[in-house]
This record gives sequence, C-alpha cells and structure tokens, in this order.
Amino acid sequence: MANVQAGVPPTDKALDVERKGARPRSDLSRQRLRSAWLFLAPMLLVLALVAGWPLLKTIWFSLTNASLSDLEGAEFVGLRNYWEYVDYGDGEGEYFGLLFDPQWWNAVYNTVYYSVISVAIETVLGLVFALVLNAEFKGRGFVRAAVLIPWAIPTIVSAKMWAWMMNDQFGILNDMLMAIGIISAPVAWTASPDTAMWAVIIVDVWKTTPFMALLILAGLQMVPGDVYEAAKIDGIHPVKVFWKVTLPLIRPAILVAVIFRALDALRVFDLIYVLTPNNTQTKSMSVFAQENLFQFDKFAYGSAASTLLFLVIAFITLFYIKIARLDLGGRGK
Amino acid sequence: MPYAVKRTGFYALVVFIVLFSVFPFYYAILTSLKSGTALFRVNYLPVDFSLANYEGVLTNGVFPTNILNSVIVAVVVVAISLFLAVTAAYALSRINFAGRGLLLLTILAVSMFPQIAVLAGLFEMVRWAGVYNTLFSLIFAYMIFTLPFTVWVLTTFMRDLPIEIEEAAIVDGASPFTIVMRVFLPLMWPALVTTGLLAFIAAWNEFLFALTFISNNSTRTVPVAIALLSGASEQEIPWGTIMAASVIVTVPLIVLVLIFQRKIISGLTAGGVKG
Repeated sequence: MANVQAGVPPTDKALDVERKGARPRSDLSRQRLRSAWLFLAPMLLVLALVAGWPLLKTIWFSLTNASLSDLEGAEFVGLRNYWEYVDYGDGEGEYFGLLFDPQWWNAVYNTVYYSVISVAIETVLGLVFALVLNAEFKGRGFVRAAVLIPWAIPTIVSAKMWAWMMNDQFGILNDMLMAIGIISAPVAWTASPDTAMWAVIIVDVWKTTPFMALLILAGLQMVPGDVYEAAKIDGIHPVKVFWKVTLPLIRPAILVAVIFRALDALRVFDLIYVLTPNNTQTKSMSVFAQENLFQFDKFAYGSAASTLLFLVIAFITLFYIKIARLDLGGRGK
Repeated sequence: MPYAVKRTGFYALVVFIVLFSVFPFYYAILTSLKSGTALFRVNYLPVDFSLANYEGVLTNGVFPTNILNSVIVAVVVVAISLFLAVTAAYALSRINFAGRGLLLLTILAVSMFPQIAVLAGLFEMVRWAGVYNTLFSLIFAYMIFTLPFTVWVLTTFMRDLPIEIEEAAIVDGASPFTIVMRVFLPLMWPALVTTGLLAFIAAWNEFLFALTFISNNSTRTVPVAIALLSGASEQEIPWGTIMAASVIVTVPLIVLVLIFQRKIISGLTAGGVKG
C-alpha cells in the first residue's frame, strides 16, 4: 500500500538484488545489466516512434508552410505561423499568426474556463462522494459499483446520451426542470450560446467525478483509524476533525488527482466535438488544432496550435513531477 | 442534531449518488427500447419494450463490422503493450542501472502527452507507411497511451514483490528472460488482468486518432461510428438507434468493470489512468 497515490514514481526500496546477493559476481551483474537494456529496447523504440518522432515532426510542421495535400513540399518559414508582422509601407502594418488570432485566444479561454470550473466542481463533489464511500453502511459495495458506471462508459456514448437527455424538444432534463419549476420554457442546452459550455461541464462532471472520488478515497483509506478515535475521545466536533485532521492528511492525494484531471481537461476533444459541434462558445484548443489540421487545410497553422498546447501541458507536467518528487523525498526511505 | 435526522440525511446523499451515477445510462436503455413516436414521449419508468432499434443497428449498415474492428484493435493493442511492458517493467523494477529514474520520468511524461501534439506527425507517418485507413494505424498509434500506462503499473507491482522469489532462480543460473517468464509471470496474473482491462477500455473508447486516421465507414471503430450515426436527413437524428448502439458497446464494459471492480480501483489509483 506504499504507493496508492496516483502516479507517484516507484521508489528504490527493497529490490536491489545486486546489492544483496550478486555484488561479488560481476559477470552476473553485467549479464543482468545487458538484459535490462535488451528488455527495455523494444518498448523504448516503440515509444520513440509513436511519441518522440511525431512530436518533433509536429513542431517542425509548425515552422513550415505545410498543407494537407502537400506535406512533402513543406518549406521552413520560421515562426510565421505564430507571429508575423506584415509591413504595408509608410508606417502601416499588421500582425498575423496564432498569437494574434482572436479565434485561438477564444479557444484558449474556453479550454481554461472549462478546465478550471469542471475540475473545481469534480474535486468538491469527488470529496463528498469519497467521504460517503469511506463511511461504513449497508450496501456500500453496491454504491461503489454504481459509481464506477459513468467512468466505464465511453466519452462518445456519454456525450450522445446527454445530448439526448438535453434535447430541447424531447429531452428529459427540460421535462424534469420544468416539473419542479426551475425553468419555465424548454432550454436548448447544447445549442444555445449561454448554456453550451455548461452542458459540456455537466457531462464532464458526471463522467469524471467517480474517478476523482476513487483517487481521493484511496487517500482517505490511508488515514489511520486511531487518529479519528483519538479525536473522538477528546470530544472534538466531527466538522473540526474534517478540516483540521482529515483534509491536511489527504491533501497530497487531492493535489495529485487535481493535476491529473487538469492535464486531462486541458486536452479535451471528444466531448466537445460530439456534444456541441461547431460552437464557438465551447471550441477547445484541441478542437481548434484538429479543425485547422484536417478541415481548413491549414496544416502548419494547426501544428502550431498543437505545439503551443503541448508546451502548456509540458510545463504543468514538469511542475507535477517536481511535486511528486518532493513528496517522495518527504516520505523518506 | 438528532441521530435519526443525520441518518436520513446520509442515506439521502447515498441515494443521490446512486441516481446521479446510474440514471443517464438507465435512461439510454429506456430510450433504446422505444420505437416510432414513443421516442418523443418522456417516461421515467419503462413502458415500451421494442427491440426494433437493436435489430436495426445490428442488421442494417456496417455497425457489426465496426464492433469487430474495435475488438480487433483493442485486443491486439492490449496483447502488444502487455508483452512489451512485462519485460520492460522487470528491467525497471528489479535491475539497478544508471538512468533508471530518468527513464521512469520520461515514461510518466509520455503518458501525459496530449494526443493532439503528435497528431500531425503521426498522420504523416501513417500516410508514409501506407497504413492510412487501416486498423494498423490505430494499433500503432494507441501504443502512445497504453504502453506508458502498462509499464508504469506493472513496474509498481513488480517492485513490491519480495526479493526471495528471484534469489533461488538467480542462484540456479536462470537467465533474466527465464526469470521473467517462469518466476514472475505466474505471480502477475492479477496485475496483468487489471492493466490489460484498463488498456482495453482506453483503446475501445479512443476517438481522436480513430476519427483522423480512418475515413472509410466499414473500417471505423465504434466510438466514431456512433458519433457519425445519422438519419436520412440532417434534421432526423435517429436517437433510438444511437441509444441502442451505445448500449451495445457499453454493456460489455460495464459487466467487465463490475466483475473486476476491486482490481480496477487499485489499478486506477496506482496508475492514475484517464477516464
């Protein structure tokens, strides 16, 4: 149970066969070392081919004038896809490129807005779910199983299911909300500019809260029971115990879960593409990039958008790895 | 607060959680069993029972082929990534070598790659290799998310096994490959089943690559097929058929997930797989 937290890098404990048994026999060590690289080679080769090389090619395409029909004829154009000043003469000029494209900034805004709001709601709701699942009650196993269902459903299927539930004419959501009097007229959830983003957020919250809850639950289960017992004996109010004892203890688990979800939310594609197609209110960075790459025949421009999104996520990943490492160091060996 | 009130409040919360989780899928099943104009009446309880939508989706068009495509891709992806991951995880967890930590961090970093960042480069590669519009393109591309994940989880699992199990084999002069196959594999079935299942689900659900690398209806996988299901005209979205197709591709996943519930929860929390 040492490493229940998501994605904490494995530590170096307990496994150094060399150190224990085979140190004097150096051919054995050498043989094991050789096989280590032999064992790793196929996996590393596949990763280099499927991740490393395509990433470099994407970055390269972002510096060219490539078009979908002529990838081979791509010529280097420098940073023109990102930033270009066109001088019209006599002091007049205009900036072009991704960094001056309002549509790109709209996609950035949508993505950040969606990520912040949905991850925030999922964290709070996930914490509530986790606290409930951590309590002992009849039928807990059943509830735990039920919670896994949204997670198991493919994103496309959940998008379609909710699109139907949110249908303006025949949807059950309007029916319910009108029955209890929250709305007086049917709402076109996925089409109306005011609600489209909220429709996306609702579906995402439904689909990923269980995942959040399970990650936080893993953290909760590592809190030793005697902590609560001591608090109970001292007569401390349960609410205070939660804020002063439980929350600080599970903070690392929550932090890891939040970063994982945030990274996932920033690259959102499927849900938005299927639930609210061609809607400027919800278009995310990934959708913007995919459209430019394959629908608008602006391959280089789309590559530039992909590269920028990659840089944002890489930055957050480095930040995360740093945190995870600090966490490892803090726990000691 | 009186105990009874607290208790009622707690159970109300439990009921809310269950309804919140289960209702949308329940409603999809309900819709899939309606036909004709019944579709346009909102019901909360099952009143119709017609299998017409299921019959329609399974006999007309290429949906059965799409299911077969998804099964082929997911099974092959799981087999290849588990095979590559078992040996790699052995090296990463039980052999001490310089650069191991860096390698693990690289693998973790790859698992966080946004798919869109490699899309342009992969597209060029897929076309260059002549596998555009074939399932090979997906089998290859899906390694980017299944491989780092399986390596990571299996490494965590193998690292926690005691040294003793390996010592005897080393003393007997068994080669590392023999040790992996004879000593570790038999112990690893639980971990292999869990990671395999999670990788299967990830491959089964993937959309972006499947949308981009396949343009032929009968070569598509189910998520894209469902997303593109359309009626005779733009306005006529065949909701009944879409719901039937959705239920067909989801029920096996839900059954598997419920069977392996406990294992999945531990695998999820060890690997932080995306939903």
